[in-house]
Amino acid sequence: MMKKELGLFLLLAVISAITGAINPAFLSVVNLLNMANLIGLFGVFALGEGLVIITGGIDLSLGSMFALLGVVFIDLLTTYEIYWPLALLLVLLGGLALGGIQGFLITRLKMQPFIVTLCGLLIYRGAARYYTSDSTRGFGYGDEAGTLGNIASGNIAGIPNTFIFLIILALILGVLLHRSVYGRWLYAVGKNEEAARFSGINTNFVIATAYIISGGLAGISTVLFVFYTNSVSPSSFGNFYELYAIAAAVLGGCSLRGGEGSILGVVLGTALLQVLQNLVNILGIPNSLNFAVMGTVILVGVLADQQLQARRRRKAALAGLARTTLLQGKQSASPRGAGALPTSTGDHA
Amino acid sequence: MAETLLELRGISKTYPGVRALDDVNLRVYRGEVLGLIGENGAGKSTLMRVLGGVIEPSEGVIRIGGNDHARMTVSEATRAGIAFVHQELNLFENLDVAANVFIGREKLAGGPLKLVDNAQMRAQVTPLLERLGADFAPDTLVDNLSIAQRQMVEIAKALSIDARVIIMDEPTSSLTISETERLLEVIADLKAHGISVIYISHRLGEIMTCADRVVVLRDGHTVGELARAELSHAAMIRLMIGRDLKSLYTPPSRPPHPGGCDIVGLVTSAFPDRQINLSVQRGEILGLAGLVGAGRTSLARAAFGIDPLLAGEIRIDDARVRVASPRDAIRQGIYLVPEDRKKSGLVLELPIRENVTLASLLNYARMWLVNGAAERKVAKEQARSLSIKAPSVDMEAVTLSGGNQQKVVLGKWLSMQPRVMFFDEPTRGIDVGAKSEIYALMRELADRGVAIVMISSDMEEVIGVSDRVAVMHEGGVSGVLEREQFSEYNVLRLAIGQALEKVEAAAS
Repeated sequence: MMKKELGLFLLLAVISAITGAINPAFLSVVNLLNMANLIGLFGVFALGEGLVIITGGIDLSLGSMFALLGVVFIDLLTTYEIYWPLALLLVLLGGLALGGIQGFLITRLKMQPFIVTLCGLLIYRGAARYYTSDSTRGFGYGDEAGTLGNIASGNIAGIPNTFIFLIILALILGVLLHRSVYGRWLYAVGKNEEAARFSGINTNFVIATAYIISGGLAGISTVLFVFYTNSVSPSSFGNFYELYAIAAAVLGGCSLRGGEGSILGVVLGTALLQVLQNLVNILGIPNSLNFAVMGTVILVGVLADQQLQARRRRKAALAGLARTTLLQGKQSASPRGAGALPTSTGDHA
Repeated sequence: MAETLLELRGISKTYPGVRALDDVNLRVYRGEVLGLIGENGAGKSTLMRVLGGVIEPSEGVIRIGGNDHARMTVSEATRAGIAFVHQELNLFENLDVAANVFIGREKLAGGPLKLVDNAQMRAQVTPLLERLGADFAPDTLVDNLSIAQRQMVEIAKALSIDARVIIMDEPTSSLTISETERLLEVIADLKAHGISVIYISHRLGEIMTCADRVVVLRDGHTVGELARAELSHAAMIRLMIGRDLKSLYTPPSRPPHPGGCDIVGLVTSAFPDRQINLSVQRGEILGLAGLVGAGRTSLARAAFGIDPLLAGEIRIDDARVRVASPRDAIRQGIYLVPEDRKKSGLVLELPIRENVTLASLLNYARMWLVNGAAERKVAKEQARSLSIKAPSVDMEAVTLSGGNQQKVVLGKWLSMQPRVMFFDEPTRGIDVGAKSEIYALMRELADRGVAIVMISSDMEEVIGVSDRVAVMHEGGVSGVLEREQFSEYNVLRLAIGQALEKVEAAAS
């Protein structure tokens, strides 16, 4: 399982080295810290998306959530002048609530995740634009948000707080996903929901929780992005960000069929995407090609991963065949070539 | 008799460790109905799959229309006029009748555009449906048809390829009596048109009605052939059984424990107008027999909390238990070893270890964090006590054989505290050695005081392993047999809905 992450890390290192060799500005401290900040900003909600994708679902609503929660957040601070920790809490709760509603629709009312979150994407965006009459919201001078703004866009010893926050969050979610009972259930549900249910796992709870976590992280991301841009234009704020998250998760080893992926993978996937964007700028590639470069790398990466996996599986199957003494050709055409795998090991003697 | 349409000579099929078919000979004449009977696992379906070109025989010759084949492909079989009406109907529910009949052979129009000519296909299907006396139009969506009507679609499909031999595998298992009669009429009509039918069924009454000749398979051999004049229930059953069925039985090592599980007035959503009453004692293996679709699996699913109980209650040791979900059932010690282990029993891509602890992971965790060492220890214990053959408990379940996979499912439940266990077809697709291990395990569990319900369609298993047998018919329990009443004949009679008095008379 760590093979995938190692491969991704090597890819990241090679691309960075090549870019750095062509243009040393890529490796300058300023540029690296700038990238770290962006990785932090995009990584937070990509992790939530990763959890959702591991359940076999998808969350398309994140970008619109940012717009809706963003205008509400700025309004709470500027118009209503609410104490900032309370505003932060309200936005977090808002994200959790939106995630909860989506989770409810998906698990209890058995709607498809794609449809539920696509409608979320449309509804939240529309609501944000209506709420603000399509006008941009921002902070005035001397607003209440000073302290929080300093935290969100500040740094410790030069390292952006967003990046530090991402690392802490990744550690927590890493334990949750890879060490906790909940994480095990998440993988089991993603791989085979029916068998999980037959084992007494409350599959609805497991799936809905993933959407709630994703919504909550979207709430936190909203605040981080608001202080990154300092204003929210409801029609464009967060546009396409859900696709960045999905791309990072897929690049990081999540399968849209569910049951696969890791926290480290998603973080590395986010980092790779940001490096690619940065490289387009640094190497003087026309900015219009930005998305095309990203798309190509994801396509090639996923393709290469699939080929490698298929090769590994073939090897395992061949090794199994060699071990099986009695062989009767291709009976039982079970999926994934399981029929060709070893059924026993040395008990023929 | 008339000309020979096809002949199978010396057909054998060997799987690792199993000889599914052994030197089978079969002849089909033009325009006859050939009954093919035998217990589950006797090799009927394998033989028919050889004939249909789905699997190739290890030895033997298939002679069709004067040509000898060592093996056939599906398209060769189709070209030779062999058609299947499957037990599980293979139709596309989202397409209409005509589209299903012509699937893969669509009539085209529009020249190079290769458009599907729906009008022409429907026009060609109409006379076929009329001939079969079907009461639906060719543009009906298959989704809207009953099982019996879908069967007519399959037969129409067979007719449309000019089939000369139609193989029907348990065609009446889901039909009502009048639908069955209708099907038998259709078969008579096919016969009159010179088409041969190979009719596979457990329902000997139907065989008596329609077969011109019966071939009996047992353990992969052809053990006998009965001409029309020789047909009788007794003769057929004698050939089918032909061996001591009680050889498997290990009696309980101690008298039954007090208490057990009572299912009282249970109504499942599959049969909303039937009540089920059933008791199983601790320390007893209750076999649950019946035809496919008799409601045995629905009962197990309801008792395990997967499907809702519409009415009734489940009592363990005289205390009512609530099972609204599998989680509730598991908390009460009611476990289910499901019929389809790959779909419902295991997460195939997870290692043995994680499958074993899937249902009880919270027991090996503190503050919701998994204690890897404790988990591994339990998995290893189960792997050892069940003798799961794998190099390590970190192997993915998908790499194991069927028998070992089933043991992993068992390990999942045995690592907890079972009180009542439902086994749904526990040995389906499992080789002989692993089978006897699983029987021994069930007996051991029973001796430890677990109440066991074993759903099985394998007659040898039902009669050989159970302490008592309950038989289900159309959603209800049609009778319960004590050991001294055990016989394949009695079970079959109850399974087709005969009253218990008659059965007792037959048994005495």
